[in-house]
Amino acid sequence: MYYEAIVIGTSSGGINALKFLFSALPIDFSIPIIIVQHISPRSDNQWIKLLNINSKLYLKEADEKEKIEHGKVYIAPPNYHLMIERNKTFSLTIDERVNYSRPSIDVLFESAAEAYKNKLIGVILTGSNNDGTNGIKRIQECGGLIIAQDPETAESSYMPASAIATNQPDYILSLEEITALLIKLDKPIIK
Amino acid sequence: MSNRDTSEFEISSLLEAVYQKYGYDFRQYSQAHIRRRITNRMAMSGLEDISQMQSKILNDKIFAANFLQDLSITVTEMFRDPGFYRSLRENVIPILKTYPFIKIWHAGCSTGEEAYSMAIIMQEEGLYDRTTIYATDFNQQALNRAKEGIFSNPMIKEYTANYQLSGGIESFSNYYTSNYNNVIMNQSLKKNIVWANHNLVTDSVFAEVHMVLCRNVLIYFDNNLQNKVQQIFYNSLINSGVLCLGSKESLRFTDLYEKYTELDKNQRIFKKKY
Repeated sequence: MYYEAIVIGTSSGGINALKFLFSALPIDFSIPIIIVQHISPRSDNQWIKLLNINSKLYLKEADEKEKIEHGKVYIAPPNYHLMIERNKTFSLTIDERVNYSRPSIDVLFESAAEAYKNKLIGVILTGSNNDGTNGIKRIQECGGLIIAQDPETAESSYMPASAIATNQPDYILSLEEITALLIKLDKPIIK
Repeated sequence: MSNRDTSEFEISSLLEAVYQKYGYDFRQYSQAHIRRRITNRMAMSGLEDISQMQSKILNDKIFAANFLQDLSITVTEMFRDPGFYRSLRENVIPILKTYPFIKIWHAGCSTGEEAYSMAIIMQEEGLYDRTTIYATDFNQQALNRAKEGIFSNPMIKEYTANYQLSGGIESFSNYYTSNYNNVIMNQSLKKNIVWANHNLVTDSVFAEVHMVLCRNVLIYFDNNLQNKVQQIFYNSLINSGVLCLGSKESLRFTDLYEKYTELDKNQRIFKKKY
């Protein structure tokens, strides 16, 4: 089973969690990763630059109509929702906030589920609201794999706890374990 | 046939029906966006599938009107992206000042917040008396609200912050009269704004203008439609006219990329070449 994309949603505590994740993922990690991190609408994206310092993979803001490519990491721009089209390109919208958030994790996850069906991995990390809970439900309905950060290991437990309470994630893991699992899923053992 | 094919077919059939019956053309909109809107409306109305929704749209005028509102984006702010308005003052106003009269087209103005922002800037720059702002949208309901110029107090707080960040030096409250939970924009701002119904997808060139602002509208369109609308803007602009797009929009994927120079790359402000 080869996965074609990973979507990650996170809110408070997310930047530290992402820093950990991207300092550990190897340079040849190939499944594209698409991230919603709740952030101020006026953020200047310095935090992406900081993540890039310690990351072997290149993180960039997703552009409108950009084609999703292997080995790349895309981040939703502040004050826009990020969606994935079935032709695996990005769309941005300025629609109403969802769960008080723009970008919203649900909006990304639901469109990603439609685009990638069972070839998608959805990950919910630390955060303090319930954005993402509906999104991972949709991923699961479409046959994708879902992973929640173990709330006990999360800087902010509410978001993964909410996702776990209403869905049944395939995995509930610490950040270290999530990293190891993603690396394993990226390089399936060929028999 | 897989599920996926079925729902894609149902969506295009629904959009075709909307176009044939009501004349509104969403066939070249971003699919993911349309799908989200349809799914939300289905859930709200307790409909089971898209074909059921299609027949309701064809037979129930009120439902159809609501659905058209769903597909029209009315999220906007005054001085959205303060950095853009700062650049407008610094890089574009000096160009506009050289003209004896100034015509500006706000395409997709929705409820009018950005048109009022423009009027404020032109007034502060002493140019408003020789300016006409054409503010257009296909959503008549939004246009009616824009014309009224009534905005809620909590929103005005946000707009005030935006205004100050954009380099505004007046007291923002000079521009409106407050009444309980709402404010109404000054008549002096409204006087040179012409509100008009215009559909970027189905209508053509609107007027010859010195500047076009169309921010966060084209992101909803596919490549073909973006190209078509960019051609309309190009044909509307005088030589060396100015085109302003949303902060995440570009000309890169259009045929017109070579026909403009960049006035401010980051703020997506372009100048039409001679």
